Amino acid sequence: METEKKNGAQLDVDIATLRQAASERTTPRFWRSLDELAATPEFREHAENEFPHGANDITATLDRRELLKVMAASAAFAGLTGCTKLPEQRIVPYVRQPEQIIPGKPLFYATATTLAGVATGILVESHMARPTKVEGNPDHPASLGASDAFAQASVLGLYDPDRSQAEIHDGRIGSWPEFQNELSAALAAEKGSGGAGLRLLTPTITSPTLASQIRAFLKTFPSAKWHQYESVARDNVREGAKLAFGEYVNTVYLVDRAEVILSLDSDFLTSGPGCVRYSRDFSRKRRVESPESKMNRLYAVESTPTNTGAMADHRLKMRATEIESFARALAKELGLAAAAGPAFSSSVPPEWIPAVARDLKQHAGASLVVLGDHQPPIVHALVHSINQALGNFDKTVYITQPIEETPINQWQSIGELTADMRAGKVTTLFILGGNPAYDAPADLTLKELLPKVKFSARLGLYEDETSALCHWHIPQAHSLESWGDAKAYNGAITVSQPLIAPLYGGKSEIDFLAVLTGQAGEPSHDIVREFWKAQQTDVQAFDAHWEKTLRDGVMAGVALFAKQVSLKPGIGADAPAAAQQGLEIIFRPDPTIWDGRFANNGWLQELPKPLTKLTWDSVAMLSPKTAQRLGIKSEDAVELKYQGRTIVAPAWVMPGHADESVTVFLGYGRTRAGRVGTGVGFDAGWIRPYATPWIGTGLEIRKTGAKWALAATQTHNSMEGRDLVRVATLDEYRKNPQFAQVDAEKNPLSLYPEVKYEGYSWGMAIDLNACTGCGACVVACQAENNIAVVGKTEVMIGREMHWIRIDRYFEGDLDDPRTYHEPVVCMHCEDAPCEVVCPVVATVHSAEGLNEMIYNRCVGTRYCSNNCPYKVRRFNYRLYSDWETPSLFGMRNPNVTVRSRGVMEKCSYCVQRINAVKIEAEKQDRTVRDGEIVTACQQSCPSEAIVFGNINDPESAVSKLKKKNLNYSLLEELNTRPRTTYQARLRNPNPEIEKVAI
Amino acid sequence: MADSPADKLSQQPAPAPILGPGYSFASVTDKISAIVLIRRPPKWWILGFAGAFALVMLLLYSITYLFAVGVGIWGIQIPVAWGFAIINFVWWIGIGHAGTLISAILLLLRQQWRTSINRFAEAMTLFAVSCAGIFPVIHMGRPWLAYWLFPYPDTMKMWPNFRSPLVWDAFAVSTYATVSAMFWFIGLLPDLATLRDRAKNRAARIIYGFLAMGWRGSAVHWYRHETASLLLAGLATPLVLSVHTIVSFDFAYAIVPGWHATLFPPYFVAGAIYAGFAMVLTLSIPVRKIFGLQDFITMRHLDNMGKVLLATGLIVGYGYMMEAFSAYYSGNQYERFMILNRMGGPYAIIYWCLVACNIVTPQFLWSRKVRSKAGALFAIAMVVNVGMWLERFVIVVTSLHRDFMPSAWGMYYPTRWDITTFIGTIGLFLALLFLFIRFLPLISIFEMRALVSEEEKKVAD
Repeated sequence: METEKKNGAQLDVDIATLRQAASERTTPRFWRSLDELAATPEFREHAENEFPHGANDITATLDRRELLKVMAASAAFAGLTGCTKLPEQRIVPYVRQPEQIIPGKPLFYATATTLAGVATGILVESHMARPTKVEGNPDHPASLGASDAFAQASVLGLYDPDRSQAEIHDGRIGSWPEFQNELSAALAAEKGSGGAGLRLLTPTITSPTLASQIRAFLKTFPSAKWHQYESVARDNVREGAKLAFGEYVNTVYLVDRAEVILSLDSDFLTSGPGCVRYSRDFSRKRRVESPESKMNRLYAVESTPTNTGAMADHRLKMRATEIESFARALAKELGLAAAAGPAFSSSVPPEWIPAVARDLKQHAGASLVVLGDHQPPIVHALVHSINQALGNFDKTVYITQPIEETPINQWQSIGELTADMRAGKVTTLFILGGNPAYDAPADLTLKELLPKVKFSARLGLYEDETSALCHWHIPQAHSLESWGDAKAYNGAITVSQPLIAPLYGGKSEIDFLAVLTGQAGEPSHDIVREFWKAQQTDVQAFDAHWEKTLRDGVMAGVALFAKQVSLKPGIGADAPAAAQQGLEIIFRPDPTIWDGRFANNGWLQELPKPLTKLTWDSVAMLSPKTAQRLGIKSEDAVELKYQGRTIVAPAWVMPGHADESVTVFLGYGRTRAGRVGTGVGFDAGWIRPYATPWIGTGLEIRKTGAKWALAATQTHNSMEGRDLVRVATLDEYRKNPQFAQVDAEKNPLSLYPEVKYEGYSWGMAIDLNACTGCGACVVACQAENNIAVVGKTEVMIGREMHWIRIDRYFEGDLDDPRTYHEPVVCMHCEDAPCEVVCPVVATVHSAEGLNEMIYNRCVGTRYCSNNCPYKVRRFNYRLYSDWETPSLFGMRNPNVTVRSRGVMEKCSYCVQRINAVKIEAEKQDRTVRDGEIVTACQQSCPSEAIVFGNINDPESAVSKLKKKNLNYSLLEELNTRPRTTYQARLRNPNPEIEKVAI
Repeated sequence: MADSPADKLSQQPAPAPILGPGYSFASVTDKISAIVLIRRPPKWWILGFAGAFALVMLLLYSITYLFAVGVGIWGIQIPVAWGFAIINFVWWIGIGHAGTLISAILLLLRQQWRTSINRFAEAMTLFAVSCAGIFPVIHMGRPWLAYWLFPYPDTMKMWPNFRSPLVWDAFAVSTYATVSAMFWFIGLLPDLATLRDRAKNRAARIIYGFLAMGWRGSAVHWYRHETASLLLAGLATPLVLSVHTIVSFDFAYAIVPGWHATLFPPYFVAGAIYAGFAMVLTLSIPVRKIFGLQDFITMRHLDNMGKVLLATGLIVGYGYMMEAFSAYYSGNQYERFMILNRMGGPYAIIYWCLVACNIVTPQFLWSRKVRSKAGALFAIAMVVNVGMWLERFVIVVTSLHRDFMPSAWGMYYPTRWDITTFIGTIGLFLALLFLFIRFLPLISIFEMRALVSEEEKKVAD
C-alpha cells in the first residue's frame, strides 16, 4: 500500500523506486513486470482493465475451452513455477534426517490432511523441496501408513494452476496490505457495538490453535458470533449423541475387536472420520490364513449401495427412511424398550432380524453396530443404546470428548447466520474456507444475502462461488503450504508443517485470524508453536517435544481418553413418526469429490466412483425395479422435483439400490470451480432443503426425454460365468480348501526351457478378501507415476489412463446382487503375450521378471494392448500429459518419465521404487529385505490388500501368500503365468440366514 | 486353348471369344493407343479426376490433422486399439491380390483370356497396395518412427523384433509392392515403346522414350523380356499367397479369440482373391463400356471372372463356417462367446450384412444368365467389395471389443476422421486409375497382338 502511495504520482519508473519496492515486500511473491512492482497508474489501469479482471468476466461468457486457454496463459504470464521455495521456518524431516538436501533423494515430512476438519496423518515425499507424493503416516492412528484418495490427490490440489493467486477486491486485483487497511477500518467500526454485526463463518474446526485464536477474537468482540458450517455436516451424529448422553461426544470404533458388525446405512470402511483406520482393522479381522482361521462377519442394511455393503456377508437393501424401523426392531429383539416403527415397505426376510440379533448377542462385547451419519438423531441414539445393551462400550466402541473445538449444530448455525443476514444484522462477515454460496441449502438464499453484507472477506483456495459474492477474496495457502494443527477421528493431534512456501502467496487460516486478533505479521509457525508451548508444563522439555511432534506427525500424550457417559433411559420408547410415503430422496456426499471441494481436482474427477465406475459426473441413482416402474433407463435425463425445486439429472440404474428411493450426490454443478470442475454435472444441492438435508420423501421424478451421456470406465457388470473373482463361503472353503484351484495346470507344457531367475524375481499378491474398492490405490498410482488425466469425452470412449483399475462385478439377482471388487494391475506375465507381438522390442522382460515398457522405443502400433488378455495397457492416443502448465511441473515424480503422445504405458510395479531400494541395498552390500520395496498402490491401501516382494525368497510375505491354497491367477488357462496373483474372496454368512447346501 | 482345364466347363456351348472378330495388328494398336495419344480427355474424365483429386486432398488434410494431433482423432480406444486403419489396410491389400494373381499365376497356367485384363488388374493392384501401404504407417502412435520396423544399420544396434508378425508384415507388403511394380513396368516396356513411336507430341515422345528404356523390339529384347516376365511371374506367384498369409498372421498370431485360428492363412488368401476379382470386375465393366472395349474385354472374360468370384466366395463361406464350427468344437468358453457375440452381440447387424454380401449374394453367379449380364456382375461385385470390408470390420472390431475380461469390454465407433481417411484412400485409388487410363495403355497392346496372330493362325488352320 505504502509503495503504491509513494509511486502513485510518478509516471516513470526509476530503478531506485523499484529496488525499494522489491525490498519492502515482506511476502515472497512474483511480480509480472517492473511496472507492477512500482505500481504505476498505467500498470494498475492495465491490470484492472485488461487482464486478471478481464479473466474473471471471461468465465461468464466464454466456453470452457476458451477459459482454459486464458487460464493457461495467465499461469504462464504470471511466471509461476513449482521451483523450490523453502518455507521460512525450519521444518523437521521424518526419521531420516540428512544434513542437507541430496539431489535425487526424496525426503519425507510428517504432516496431516484434513477432511471436514478431521485429520489423517500423512508423510509427504519431497524432491528438492517440492512435495510430489503423499503417503500415510505409519505412526498416526488414523492412517497406520495408509491413506485415502482425497489425501493422495492433495498434491494435485497444491499445484492446481486454478488456485487463486491474488487478493481480489470487488472483482479487481487488490493487495494484502490494502486488505489489512480496509479490515482495520471495518473492525474499528464494529468496535463500538462489541462486534454485534460481526460474524465469522468457518468449516468444522478441530485445530486447537485456530480455536484459541477465534476465542481471543471473540473476547475482543464479545457480541460477535462464530458460525460453523459444512454441507456434509455431522449434525445428526452430534444430536444423536446428545439424545443418548445429553451432550455432544465423539464415538470411536475399535473394529479390530469386533467379531460381528452390523452396518446400518453406513459406509464406515471408505468414508467418514477414521475410515482408513477402520478399513485396516476390518481387513485384519478378515484375513484367512488357513481353513482353521476365523473371520469376522459383517451385516449391512443400506439404501444406497456402498463399499461397505459390497464387503458385507449379508446385505439387506432398505429405504433410508426405514432404517429407523430396523433399528427399533433390532432394539426390541435385544430386549430394549423401543417402540416398533412403521412396517417395512419391502420384504425383510423374517429370519433376518432375529438371526442378526442372536449373532450380535452371542458376540456381546465383541460386536459392533455402526450407523450412517445421515440417519436422524433418534436412530443414532438407538444405536448407542444397542451398543450399550450389547456391552460393546469400551470394548469395540468408546466415547470421547468431541474432537471439534466447539461442537455445534452446524445446520442450525447457518440458519441463524442467514436469518441475521436477512434481518440486516450482519455488517461484517469473514468466511474462512468452505464454500457456502455454493453448498448452503438453496432455500436459505445465502447467495442473495451475501452481497448485501457491508464488508465481507473470504479466505479461499479458489476464487469460487463464495468469493465472487464477497468484497474481498484472500488466496488461501494449501494445507501443504501452511502451519497448523488438527485432530484425528480419535482426538490424536498432528501439527502440520508446510512442505513448501505458498506457491501463490496464500495465507493460512491462522495467518488470517492473526490479522483479526491483532497479531498481524506474526509467522503462523510461531503462533502454533507458542500455543503448544503454553500448553506444556515442562518448558525445558518443550523443544524436544516440539521436534518429536513434528517428526512423528502425531503429538505424544494428548490423546483423548475414553469418557464415561451414561445413557439416558427410554431411548426410542416414544412412538415414532408414521411411515413416510412416496418416493424417497437421499442426499450423499460424492464418493470422489465429496461436497464439491475437490471439483477442480482432475485425479478425483477421473477416479471412478467405486460402485458405479462413473467419472466426471454425478447421477440420480435408483433401483432397477423403481426404474422399470418409472420407465427410466440409465443415462436418461430426468427432472427431479423436490419441495418445489426442480433440477435435471442423469439417471443411473443401480443394482442393489433400495426400491422407491433415489440417491443424489452433492458436489457437482459447480459454476466457479476452475478449468476442471466448472460446469461438470448437476448441483443436487439446489433441491436440498434446509429442513430435510439428508433423507426425505415426496420426490417427483419425470423423464425429460433427453439423454445425458455418462462416462463409465466399466460398462459390463457381469463376469459372464468366467472365474475372474473366485468366491466361497468360509464353510465351503473349510470343506474344500482347494476351491480356488479351478483348472490349475501348474506346469503347462512349453517348447522352451524355463527361464531361471537368479537373484530377485518380483511378484504381487492381491487379497480380494481385503479390498474394499475405495480407489486410494488408483490415485496413489496416478500421483506416483505421473499418469495423465484425459477428461470426460476421452473416458467415454475408453481411453482413461489408470495403470491400476478396480473392476467391479455384480453377481446374482439384479435387484440385490453380490458386489465384488477386483484391482487389476499389469500381471507381469512370465509368458507375456504383449512382448512377442511388439515389432520394435519396446516391451521386454527384465532379468527380475518385470514386464517393462520402453517408452523411447515404442512406435505405437498398439498390438501389445490388443494381445493383452487383461487389457491393462493404456495408450496415449493424444498428448494427454500436460506439458504446458508450469505449475504442474513441480508436482511430477522426477523418477518417472512423463509420457508423450503415441506411446503405450502400463503398470511397472513401480520400478523406480524397486531400483531406489536396490541401489540402497547394494550400497550397504546386502540384499533387499522383504517389505522394503513398497509399490504406490500397496502403500496407500487402507486394507493391506496388496503385497509385493521377491518371489524367489520363500520367506517373503508375497511368496507365502502365493503358496496359499486361496491363491489363483487371472485367466490362468491362457498360460500367461502372471506374477500378479489373487487371493480368493471368502464370505462368512450366518448359517441361520443363508442355508447353503454343499 | 480350348483344352485348358479351366475352360472345360464352358465347352458345351462354344466358348465365347476372347477377342472380337476382324482385328489386325494395326487396328489393335490403333484402338488401344488412341485412348492415350489421340483422343482428347473426355468430359467425364476431367470431372472424374477432379472428384478423385478432391478426395486425395481430403486424404492429405486428414493425415495432416492426424499427424498434428495423434491417432486419438480416430475412434480407436482400449480394448479396440485397431480400427478403420487396419480394416482398410487389409481390405486394400486384399484388393491388391487380383492383379498379380491374374498376371502371374494365369500367365504360368497359360490362361490367355487373362491378356486383356492383366494390365488393368496389375495397375489396380499397384494402386491398391499404395493405398494399403499408407495405413500401417499412419496408424502408428509415432508414425515418424515407422522405419524402426526395418532392420537398418542402427548405431544403437537395435533390431526389430523378428518374432512379431508386424515385422513380417512390413517385409511381406514391401516385397509384394516392389515385385508387383517391377512386373507391371516390365510388362509395359514394349507398349511404352509403341507409344513413343506413335506419339506426335515431342514431350510425350521424350517421356515415353525415357520410360521405354531403349526398347527397340529386337529378338534379343523380346527374348529377355519373356524370360524376365516368366521369372517375375514365378517370383510373384508365391508372394500372392504369402502376403495375405502374413497379413492373416497379424491376427492369427495373437491370442485374441476370433483372431487365434489356424484357418486364417488360406481363408485370408481366398478372401483376398475374392475381393480382388470383385474389384477387377467393378472397374473393368465400366471401362470397357466407356472406351468401347467390348471386343477386347469380352463377355467370356466377365464370365470367367464371375466363376472365380463364385469359387473363392464359396471358400470364404467355408471359412466363416469353419470359424463358427471350430469355436463351438473347441469347447473354449472365450471362443464360443466370441462367435455368439458376433452373431448376436452389438455388432450382429454387421455380421449378418457380411453374410448376406459375401455368402448369399454370390450364389446368383451359379446362373449363366447372371454371369452373362455385365450390369448384374457389376452389382454383385460391388456387394462383394462392401462385404469384404465388413468382413475385416467383423474380424478386427468384434473380436477385440469383448475378449477375456468383461470389465474391459467396450464399444468402438468410428469418428469422422476415420471415414474421411478411408474415403480419401478411395479417392487416391481412383485418381491413380484415372491417370493410368489417360496416360498408359490400359490393355496390353503387344499381348493383344499376339492374340490376333493366334486367332489368324486358328482361322488359317
